[in-house]
Amino acid sequence: MIAYFVRRLLYAIPILLGVNVLTFALFFLVNTPDDMARMQLGNRRVTQEAIEQWKADRGYNRPVFWHAAQAGSAKLTDTLFFDSTRRLFTFDFGKSDAGRDISEDLRQRMWPSLVIALPSLLIGLGCALSAALVLAWLAGSRLDFWGGVICVGMMSVSGLFYIIGGQWLLAKLWRIAPISGYGDGLEIARFVLLPVLVSVLAGLGGMVRWYRALLLEELGKDYVRTARAKGLPDGLVMWAHVLRNALIPVLTGVVVLLPSLFMGALITEAFFAIPGLGSYTIEALQAQDFAAVRVMVFLGSLLYIVGLLLTDLSYVLVDPRVRLE
Amino acid sequence: MSLLLLSLTGCGERALNDPYPAADAGRAILYTTFQERPKHLDPTSSYSENEAAIIAQIYEPLVQYHFLKRPYALAPLTATAVPAPQYFDAAGKRLPDDAPDEQVKRVVYRISIQPGIQFQPHPAFARGADQAYRYHGPAARLPTPFKTLADFPQTGTRELEAADYVYQIKRLASPRLHSPIVSFMGRYIKGLTALQTALEKAPTVPDLRELELDGARVIDRYTLEIELTEKYPQFVYWLAMPFFAPVPWEADQFYAQPGMAERNLSLDWHPVGTGPFMLTENNPNRRMVLSRNPNFKHETYPAEGAPGDAEAGLLADAGQSLPLLDAVHFQLEKEDIPEWSKFLQGYFDASPIAPDGFDQAVRIAPDGSVELTPEMQARKLRLAVTTQTSTSYIGFNMLDPVVGGASERARKLRQALSIAVDVEEMISIFSNGRGVPAQGPIPPGIFGFEDGEAGINPVVYDWQQGRAVRKPLAAAQALLAEAGYAGGKDPATGEALTLNFDAAAAGPDAKPLFNWYRKQFAKLGLRLVIRLTDYNRFQDKMQHGSAQIYAWGWNADYPDPENFLFLLYGPNGKVAHQGENASNYSNPEFDRLFVTMRGMPSGPARQALVKQMLAIVRDDAPWLWGTHPQAYALAHQWVKNVKPNLMARNTLKYRRIDAARRATLRREWNAPVWWPVWTLGAALLITGWLARRSWRKRQQARLA
Repeated sequence: MIAYFVRRLLYAIPILLGVNVLTFALFFLVNTPDDMARMQLGNRRVTQEAIEQWKADRGYNRPVFWHAAQAGSAKLTDTLFFDSTRRLFTFDFGKSDAGRDISEDLRQRMWPSLVIALPSLLIGLGCALSAALVLAWLAGSRLDFWGGVICVGMMSVSGLFYIIGGQWLLAKLWRIAPISGYGDGLEIARFVLLPVLVSVLAGLGGMVRWYRALLLEELGKDYVRTARAKGLPDGLVMWAHVLRNALIPVLTGVVVLLPSLFMGALITEAFFAIPGLGSYTIEALQAQDFAAVRVMVFLGSLLYIVGLLLTDLSYVLVDPRVRLE
Repeated sequence: MSLLLLSLTGCGERALNDPYPAADAGRAILYTTFQERPKHLDPTSSYSENEAAIIAQIYEPLVQYHFLKRPYALAPLTATAVPAPQYFDAAGKRLPDDAPDEQVKRVVYRISIQPGIQFQPHPAFARGADQAYRYHGPAARLPTPFKTLADFPQTGTRELEAADYVYQIKRLASPRLHSPIVSFMGRYIKGLTALQTALEKAPTVPDLRELELDGARVIDRYTLEIELTEKYPQFVYWLAMPFFAPVPWEADQFYAQPGMAERNLSLDWHPVGTGPFMLTENNPNRRMVLSRNPNFKHETYPAEGAPGDAEAGLLADAGQSLPLLDAVHFQLEKEDIPEWSKFLQGYFDASPIAPDGFDQAVRIAPDGSVELTPEMQARKLRLAVTTQTSTSYIGFNMLDPVVGGASERARKLRQALSIAVDVEEMISIFSNGRGVPAQGPIPPGIFGFEDGEAGINPVVYDWQQGRAVRKPLAAAQALLAEAGYAGGKDPATGEALTLNFDAAAAGPDAKPLFNWYRKQFAKLGLRLVIRLTDYNRFQDKMQHGSAQIYAWGWNADYPDPENFLFLLYGPNGKVAHQGENASNYSNPEFDRLFVTMRGMPSGPARQALVKQMLAIVRDDAPWLWGTHPQAYALAHQWVKNVKPNLMARNTLKYRRIDAARRATLRREWNAPVWWPVWTLGAALLITGWLARRSWRKRQQARLA
């Protein structure tokens, strides 16, 4: 299994390199270093000399991929791409174009993202599985029918509607939670309540429908019939046997998400003024802060790869028949 | 859940939706917002409104705008008097104030500052028993570990000196600080460009105290001199901006140490000033907190104001020591909807009117007057309507072969378009009536602007029944025919003349506006092509002069007509000189008058000259003139001393909050509604019961 993981990690290197090439190509296709300088320096009274100085200070005066004026390997190494990639792979993120230390910003902002995303995922998972178990067990009943209708309805509504509607209903009309903001210590709980509730509700319909389908598939299998024939209580059949066997596809969807929880939710964080990494990425894109953008894309890719690896590992833990070779 | 909520909010002492800690209740804290995190808080680099809202409370330039007096007037801040220039000729002989520009070879501002002003407490000033600096310099011992400034146990202060102003002027030349005004100021401040060149070539970052700058000298502890190479009377306005605020050299030395930048500890993020507030929390991801500077003791609330101020209660705090607030909290709110809702709940003290909240807040009476809706009146909100000292205009690129140039054909084409594009309609449809049609480049509130018949643009408007009325479309059609485009037809092709409007794509909301532009041009039979592009490409087009018609704007730096008329000054052309004249307009007569006008003191002679210049540009019509936007701002009843001042950014020190009244009203407005929670809980219980019943039925059916 160790050999498997080492091999997968080695595969990750060309993937990350490819992602980085794409990031550079796409970013510099629509932005020039002059644009980035203007964005940072502002539009008033900025001269070309100031722009050149800004570029020189941040190394944007060098070619992106190929430095024709250099000799030998320096044609490749004395470029923005090479220098930046070398630093990314050693986790030396440096400073954003706005002048802030990126690592420090990441350290500060990943916790608020996690504080929202982790409870949203766990509570959402718990609620969705419970509801799906009930609906699957009562498949064909009126409750199942109306449950399905409600789930499809919930799936059909935009995520933004849940956010604005949640803020309007809970914070403005009923006045039982702050509309937006973030706190310190225990105060965080007050601010987390609404975004977590909204995130859970926004994802519940789809999750319940999916888990119900998985559970129904398991319910039709022979071992369930055998268990029932042996007289096992329904609850035990559902929780101890059906749920356990249905967990593999559930885990596929969930474990891959775990590392990327650090990256935050873009729209939720913006609306609830959560100082997380989701809003950090949006801000970096809006400000054409390439230094921050490339770090976020790199980290996003890396965490996704880690997520896939963890999924593989979870297969082994859940199903003893699975072997990673 | 309700019990959990109650326990989290301090046993019901404050509303459940109160976003602030219980400890802050009852304190005189002003709550306001920011949507975009500031890029720079270093006064050398900062040049945007959202940054000025913060650093203007921290740094103190030599002069400031009087809070209450109108028209806008400068008043001393740390200086003992508003600086006046002394003019000298090439031989060093003193010249009178009205000396012609060409005779003036040296301009000297000798400025004295008030003694006894102290910097805010900061670790950079902390000294040990041996008087050596504790956290920088040879005897420095930094705490280990440190992450924030709070990890430095000792702080200190020192008195403000003239040298701090000189030091900051030298910092403008520093290449690593990228001051946006260094090139511009290099034209005036003696030796600034040379210092910039020397600093660019320097292998290491030198100590600026050791470098000489001819244009900024320390005369004694409390006196400095600034020397300009030519007459520039508007320079005194620059002295009111943070670019010319004092920076202590100790702060630069402190932040330059290893380990500081990695923790985002820099002067760009942690300012050090003498102002009424100091930045005690800098979390641009969440909130910025300005707390009262305990060392600030040198300013009181003004005792004089404009007529009507006393009646409006704006002089009630006259003579009180400033600031009148304990703190100012800038909360990050990226979206309009939550910001507006929190304002209505009383959690923000003042707010602009969100686009979605306009109808909820304001109604326009049939006579055009603006008033609050009954709902807002019931809350005793106060509405301030201010015409901004800015101009949003549609410009013609004067380098373009069709709409540009000084030919009669092109001039009449531009004039026809100026009449045809109904700016009044645009304001009504797209700005909810929030704007004033521009009669020229100068907005209301700036010297040179004239109201009434004397101030109208006679090319576009007639004065009828006491108001400016846009000329009829027939006038535009006639001008178009005289230009050779009768009926909008291009004689070269026989087809409708096609013009191009270059704009940065601004999302789906901008589509109706662009369609409206097309309709306005179509009124003359012209075809308008909207060339949408991203903002970067749009900037490139403007830099290279390849746009034909474009939309642009300018916000006043200072209350002087020079700051608007320079947008049409030939040697300021964007393509040729990288200046702010985006239309690349050039008229020798206008340029000649501009040079004379900018050096004159404001008075009747200058007014006459400005009038002459306006007549030239109105006739040449390099702009379609556009609008002067109006801002509608709301403030709650507990916020006192609110008077819009479009020049001053440091006005938070005058604000007062009736915190007790605010706390009472917040509780009253935010009483929680519990029945939906109980209903929801009951619904869940019923669903559970139904599920159980269904399951039992199924069990029984199976057994049967």
